[in-house]
Amino acid sequence: MAKKIFNKDTSTFFIVIIAYLAVELLLKTGNLSSLMTGLLVPLCVYVILAISLNITVGILGELSLGHAGFMCVGAFSGAFFSRLVGDSIAFGGLRFFLAILIGALTAAVFGVIIGIPVLRLKGDYLAIVTLAFGEIIKNIMNVLYVGKDVNGIHISFKDTTSLGLDPDTADVIIKGAQGITGTPKDSNFTIGVILVIITLIVTLNLIHSRTGRAIMAIRDNRIAAESIGINITKYKLLAFTISAAFAGVAGVLYAHNLASLTALPKNFGYNMSIMILVFVVLGGMGNIRGSVIAAVVLTLLPELLRGLNEYRMLIYSLVLIAVMLLSWSPAAKTFRERYLGFLTKNRKKEVS
Amino acid sequence: MSLISYLINGLSLGAVYAIIALGYTMVYGIAKMLNFAHGDVIMVGAYVVFTAVSGMGMNPYLGILIGVIACTVTGVLIETIAYRPLLEVSKLAVLITAIGVSYFLQNVALLIFGADTKSFTSVVTFKGLSLAEGRLTVRGETIVTIAACILIVVVLSLFIKFTKPGKAMLAVSEDAGAAQLMGINTNGTIALTFAIGSALAAIAGVLLCSSYPALTPYTGSMPGIKAFVAAVFGGIGSIPGAFIGGLLLGIIEILGKAYISSQMADAIVFGVLIVVLLVKPTGLLGKEIQEKV
Repeated sequence: MAKKIFNKDTSTFFIVIIAYLAVELLLKTGNLSSLMTGLLVPLCVYVILAISLNITVGILGELSLGHAGFMCVGAFSGAFFSRLVGDSIAFGGLRFFLAILIGALTAAVFGVIIGIPVLRLKGDYLAIVTLAFGEIIKNIMNVLYVGKDVNGIHISFKDTTSLGLDPDTADVIIKGAQGITGTPKDSNFTIGVILVIITLIVTLNLIHSRTGRAIMAIRDNRIAAESIGINITKYKLLAFTISAAFAGVAGVLYAHNLASLTALPKNFGYNMSIMILVFVVLGGMGNIRGSVIAAVVLTLLPELLRGLNEYRMLIYSLVLIAVMLLSWSPAAKTFRERYLGFLTKNRKKEVS
Repeated sequence: MSLISYLINGLSLGAVYAIIALGYTMVYGIAKMLNFAHGDVIMVGAYVVFTAVSGMGMNPYLGILIGVIACTVTGVLIETIAYRPLLEVSKLAVLITAIGVSYFLQNVALLIFGADTKSFTSVVTFKGLSLAEGRLTVRGETIVTIAACILIVVVLSLFIKFTKPGKAMLAVSEDAGAAQLMGINTNGTIALTFAIGSALAAIAGVLLCSSYPALTPYTGSMPGIKAFVAAVFGGIGSIPGAFIGGLLLGIIEILGKAYISSQMADAIVFGVLIVVLLVKPTGLLGKEIQEKV
């Protein structure tokens, strides 16, 4: 059976690459406002987060409200590494590559630790426990102090002085609520897009592999999947961990775009987790291309509405409600089928 | 003596959580949805009462009545416009619209009242008690909050057990399809549940802001999440569960703040929730649901 070259998956890559080239062109010709330029790396961060959460929510079918927690772990471990080695690795690219690996690995370890208890629960209970873990991670980051001196690394949960650092060589890296300052700015838009493409390759290959099909079988009918010999715990944990690892990657990218990294409710709290979930649901669960598009559109929307000043978040919320109602409610569905059927006639019916 | 005063403070905070959690748990029981906007209805109630009492100089009781009515209307409107078309389709879709509604309410409040913190005047007029020769004082707000919570739980339990609309709520939460076949107006019952939940949210908002007088457009969101935790903690869908869960959560939070670490209080609350759910996956008083093939 010959495969079509321009299928849904390859089109996702085309979209990303074309968007990248377009933005680069705009940058080169100086047609991009500084506001938009500043938004480019966060855009990649959100796209990676949306894709990675789609693995948990769309492919595995479990509602997670703590995705920002994994991003937080990745961001802090990656930034900590970069600050720790500092200039001893002179080449920024290599340092960032190692930081990404460390961030992903740490987030994956947390994914396993949290996944083992959490994945025993079901539905909304699972959702609330992931939310709880996310909040705990954010909370701990706010009281964590880590410093280094000639004797090595010291950790405390109280304050800087209780680290007991040697005063001559002391360097406090993580300062509790003040977070990490002075992270080298190793990330840029090109690196961000490369990471997005890597995430896409891994995720799409996962979906089409034997493993991915096993995971989706669990989503569709757990008991049936178990009865044909699929190891439920193993595959659930695998999907959850991969999802966490990519959230960690997004975190490292996020951290290396900022001069100072702090764990605020705004960036690593449940609000962030919910925002990523909105990307995933609006883009379509299990639909990776949808996640990418939704993340980009919803991140740009408040910026494009900036002219409306204080009304922009109000309009954003109304758009969100309206889109959900128009795309999901049965009345809107019948309307679309009856009057706009010609638009969707050629499309294959998707299995819901 | 300080332990007793911490416990009383914990009970007071817990009583507020319990009142909010009742709203969560009733809505969840009947519509099987997480109403993320519930916390923001609290904020709406608090702002309405603030405007009526501090802004227009109304009698506090009249102010509370107006607040309750405003929240009830808001709750029913939210349910009819934003939730009802999607309730049958997808729980996740409703969750997202609930988030949209939450943003909407916050931003409306932000536009009307601004981002600055309003100082809420307590509606409780009588002075606190002084016990044990003045070594232990109990604030009037504390007494009113705890009394209101107990009253609400008792009235609500009686309402559900003995009245027709209450029984209809039970029936719809048990099996909405079968209830409809028995001639129960399911949409009306769901709307009634939202009305009661939102009215309770208004009361909770007033009590919360009387004890902790800082009022901002985001006042409701953290207590909302905590109350949600309390509802899950006690077993979501169960009224006594929400009561016990709320009280325990309040006590744990205050004691954690006092004895362990004030910055880690939230982490402790969430940690306890995780432990409880791992031991008892459906909460303290939740029903075990048997899975069928």
